[in-house]
Parts: sequence; structure tokens; C-alpha cells
Amino acid sequence: MTVAVEDMTKRFGRSDGAAAVESASFSAREGEITTLLGPSGSGKSTLLRLIAGLEEPDSGRVLIAGKDVTRVSPGKRNVGFVFQSYALFRHLSVFENVAFGMRVRGRSEADVKARVEELLKLVQLSGTSARFPSQLSGGQRQRIALARALATDPAVLLLDEPFGALDARVRVELRQWLLEFQKKTKVTTVLVTHDQEEAFELSEHVVLLSEGKVVQTGTPHELYDRPKTPFVASFLGGANVLRGSVRFGMAEVGSMSVEAPAGTAEGASVHAFVRPHDIRLVKAEPEEDSVSVARVERLTRIGAQVKVSLELADGEPMTVQMSKVEVDSIGIEAGDRVLVDLREAKVFVEDYSI
Amino acid sequence: MSGGVAGTFGRSTERRHRVREGRLLRGALIFGALSFLGIFLIAPLVTVFASAFAKGFGAYVTALSDPETVSAIELTLLAAGIAVPLNLVFGVAAAWLFAKYEFPGKNILLTLVDLPFSVSPVIAGLVFVLLFGAQGWLGPWLSAHDVRIIFAVPGIVLATIFVTFPMVAREVLAVMQSQGNDEEEAALTLGASGWQILFRVTLKKVRWGLLYGIILCNARAMGEFGAVSVVSGHIRGETNTMPLHVEILYNEYNFVAAFAVASLLAMLALVTLFIKKIAEWAAHARSDAAERAPLGEHSLSATVGSTPS
Repeated sequence: MTVAVEDMTKRFGRSDGAAAVESASFSAREGEITTLLGPSGSGKSTLLRLIAGLEEPDSGRVLIAGKDVTRVSPGKRNVGFVFQSYALFRHLSVFENVAFGMRVRGRSEADVKARVEELLKLVQLSGTSARFPSQLSGGQRQRIALARALATDPAVLLLDEPFGALDARVRVELRQWLLEFQKKTKVTTVLVTHDQEEAFELSEHVVLLSEGKVVQTGTPHELYDRPKTPFVASFLGGANVLRGSVRFGMAEVGSMSVEAPAGTAEGASVHAFVRPHDIRLVKAEPEEDSVSVARVERLTRIGAQVKVSLELADGEPMTVQMSKVEVDSIGIEAGDRVLVDLREAKVFVEDYSI
Repeated sequence: MSGGVAGTFGRSTERRHRVREGRLLRGALIFGALSFLGIFLIAPLVTVFASAFAKGFGAYVTALSDPETVSAIELTLLAAGIAVPLNLVFGVAAAWLFAKYEFPGKNILLTLVDLPFSVSPVIAGLVFVLLFGAQGWLGPWLSAHDVRIIFAVPGIVLATIFVTFPMVAREVLAVMQSQGNDEEEAALTLGASGWQILFRVTLKKVRWGLLYGIILCNARAMGEFGAVSVVSGHIRGETNTMPLHVEILYNEYNFVAAFAVASLLAMLALVTLFIKKIAEWAAHARSDAAERAPLGEHSLSATVGSTPS
């Protein structure tokens, strides 16, 4: 186990304030990318900074390569940290930026030169060693920051929203590049992101955080298909939320009924989470007068996908996502009446409010 | 990429043209500003030099080589020579403290640092007289040990330090706050020690602000009149600094000598402004380069995209 966090708590400011990180525990997998995923303010960056030693925890432990480093200074933890803002030394050349960690450790000039050249080649920026950070593009700066962090052979690489400051296209390209880079170098990596697509694409091990707590850990599939809490269900996949109650073992939500979790008390309030692409629409006959009839408010086309905005019989909104081909074959238009069929819904017994 | 840059420039000049409409107003504004500058800045400056050279270059040189004048110049250089390096160390330490750490009473301390700016220099001088003068708190003890501070060189140095001490701290703090803490944190994770971070990262980052602060500090140290006047005692050839000496010469109707010394101070002011301009230009050139960089994103991203595995 290369990196582990045990029961970590960190509060900022007054001691009675809300915790930025609360009793968080997780471990990163050796030689793989682990992502810390969560909305802004969920404490994921704080958790990463706690691992690096840039923040001191109120309680809990950090283990790196099996050793407790909770009281060890950041420079001696053997971590490489890549900041969202890159944080390159603006007064130093690319070469000296990458060399910095070795210089402060007093490595020989020959060692430094060889290693920097090797790393610049690795990040495919060999020709830039004499340039200054201000002369590089955002994507290039990020790769230099990566090379700099790797220069001292860290046991773990910590990436704080590494693509957050880049534009969408560069972000997607650099993400792919990082994935290949990581496969090649096999360095254990912990990456912070608020972007679930990024998390799912980059790693097989996702730690989902909310309000400073680890809410669920697992593969993207597990998180997506078997959300443990309403938060996980709504955070991943932008689900529709339907309220209702249990009758005869079925959860009746809005105008539809779906299976309730086993053992749910009769009459209990429930929330059902339905993903936009887990809904099927059928054009309703004009005389059809079922409660499952909804009205199509708007169709928004995004490439090959269409977002269908519905108003349910009880006035609640619902979003459905389907392919352009599907929409065409059903032949729906704004103002049409449609029958709503939930293919899959995740039902949670009330104890939670949106 | 160069096309993109040219395009940006084109757009901004266009915008400026539109703003410039209304030639009459523009002409009036320019005329107003120039006449104001002429009356209040250029004319006095010209007068200083004209009066200094009124009786020829020879008289100017003679006036400056008068032993009392030389002594005043030396004392001014000494006071600035002590005050500026001390302020440099204090200023960097204070700016570092305020920029990097949170502690109770930080805001009060930050306000206190500005005290020398808000207090009249005469009061600053009086404070030292009350502390170290013959009738002051420490006066009897000092005279018993034969230490002279007031009406002597140490008093002048102390007063100079007092009136200049926020200058470096303020400048450096402003730069440190605007640049944030990221580079220092990066250095920390890369294994740098506190001193290494200070010398290899922080001081390099703030060097233009620091230079600017030193220049301003030096200008104030050499030009200070009020506080120094109170503690000096005006002993010719001993405790007269350049500004004090100018006043004495002027009061004696020795205009050529007075303006000759004044011309040195005026030149100091001009050199200060010149260096300040260079420092600003150098700092600006850097941020310009940083702003231009994102334009290169698209042409360069192709390299990222074609990455082989």
C-alpha cells in the first residue's frame, strides 16, 4: 500500500466550524491512478494537501510507503505535487524548474543534467529547456510541472485538478496523454477532480467525497450502478429525483411505481433517482388518460444526443436523454404527450432532503 | 501565433480611437495637464538648476566643495547607508511574516507598520528627543554613560530609519500578496528548506518590488527634513544633512550654494524616478509575456494530441 489516509480530520478557522475533511480514510493503489472526486467544497483538495503535508491535520494519519509521515515535513515525504495553477518558478528556465528538487538536494551537475533531459524527453518537451514558463502554453506548463514533480523520484504523485485551468479541447488531449504517461511510468498517482468524466476515464479506483467525508469508494461502474447514498446517485449522472411513498411494497413516485427496497415499511417516504438515459418514451394516444402521461416541453440537441425536457402529470420536471435516431423513430416534438417508462430507478428511503 | 497577437493589438487600438473622439475635449485636457505640470513641476525644477548655475559652473563646484557641504553630503550618505540596508532586512522579514503567516493581532501590527507614514515627521523627531534627549526618559542614563544620541549622528540615523521603515515592507508585501504562495509551496514539496525557499524563490519573485522599495526608501532617507531637523541641532559640519544644509544656506542668502546642494537632491529624485520606471517596465514585460502565452495554446496543442504511447 503506497499511500493511505486514516481517519483524517481537518478544520479551518474556529474549532467549532465545519470540518473541511472529516474522518476520511482511503488508500491509493500501487502503480495506479486513484481519483478523489467530489463537488467543489467537498474537501478533496484539502485531503490532497494533507497527504502532501501542506496542511496539518487535526487528527488522523498519513502513511506513505508504509511509514507514518503525519509529522514529517512536506519535503521529506517523498511526494510530487502538481498544482492547478502549475506554480512553476517564473524566474527560472524550464530546465532549472525541473532541476529545482535535485538542486536543493545538492545532486551533482552531471546527475541533474542527465535527469532533467530524461524527464523533458518523457514529457515530450525536450526543445524547451531554455525557455521560461511565461513562454509556454498552459498544457506545456502542466507537463513541465509534472516533470518537475517527478524529478526526485517520488513514491507518489499528487495532482490537484491538473487540467482545471485548461480549455476543453486541451483538457481532453492532456487527459489521454496523462493516462498513457502513467501506464508507462507506473508511478502511484492520486488525482483530484470535480469532473466525473475525467475521474472515470483516468482511473479504476474512485474515492467520492461530499462535505469532507468519503461517501463511497470503488470502480466507476460500482459507483454508477450501485450508488450507496442519494448524494452519489444524484452527483453521478445528473439523475431526476422523484418523490413518493411506499404502497404494497412498491414505491409510488410521482405518477409511476417502481420496486421499493426490500423491507421498506409501508407508507415510508422515498426518493427515486432515475438517470436521463434510463427512461423510455412512447408517444401517447390522444385519448390516453393515464397518470404516466407527460408533456414534452422542449427538445435540445447536443450532437447525436437529444435532451428532452418533460413536465410530468403532477407538474414536476424530468429530463430524458436519448439518441437523435430514437427521437426520430418515435417522432416526438415539443408539445406532444408521451408515456413515460422508467427502465431503471434507484430508490432511497427518506432520510434526506434535496 | 503572431497573427493572433497582431489581431489583438488591432482590436485594442480601434477601441482607443473610439474613446478619443471629441478632439476639443482632448486638447483642453492635454493643455490643462501640461500647464499644471509646467507650473508645479518643470518650472521649479528648472529654477533649481538655473539658480545653482547662476554664477557659472566654477561657483557651483566651489559651493559643493565647501567642507561643510561635503560634510552634509557625507552625513546624508551615512544615514541612508545605514537606514536602507536595515529597512531592507526588516522590510523583507515583515512582508514575509504578513504574507505567509496568520496570527492574532496581525491587523493591528500591520497598521502599526504604517505609523511612520501617518505621523507627522516632526512628531517622529520629537519622540526621539523625548526618549533620548537630556530631559528625556533615557537622557540621564545616556549622559551618565557619555552616549550622545540627540543632536548627534545616532539621532539622525534613528530618525531616518523611523520615517522610512514602512517603505520596503509595504512594497514587498504588495508584490508577495499579488503573487500568492504557490511557488513557495511547490518548493516546499520539492524538498527546499526555509532559507532555500527565501533565497531561491521568494526573493527572486519579489525582486522588482524590492528594488522599487529600496529606491523609494533611499529617496526618502536622503530627502527627509522634518524628523531629522528636530533631532539634529543643526551643528554645521557635524549634524547637518543635505536638506538641513540647504535651508541654512538659503537663510544666509547664499543662493548659489543652497541651490547647488538642492540640485544634487533634485538629481537624486530624477535618478530615482528613472530607476523606478525601469523596474516597472521590467516587471511589466514579464506579465505581458505571461498574458500572451495562452494564444499559443492551439498551435501547440497539436503536439500533445499526436503523442505516441
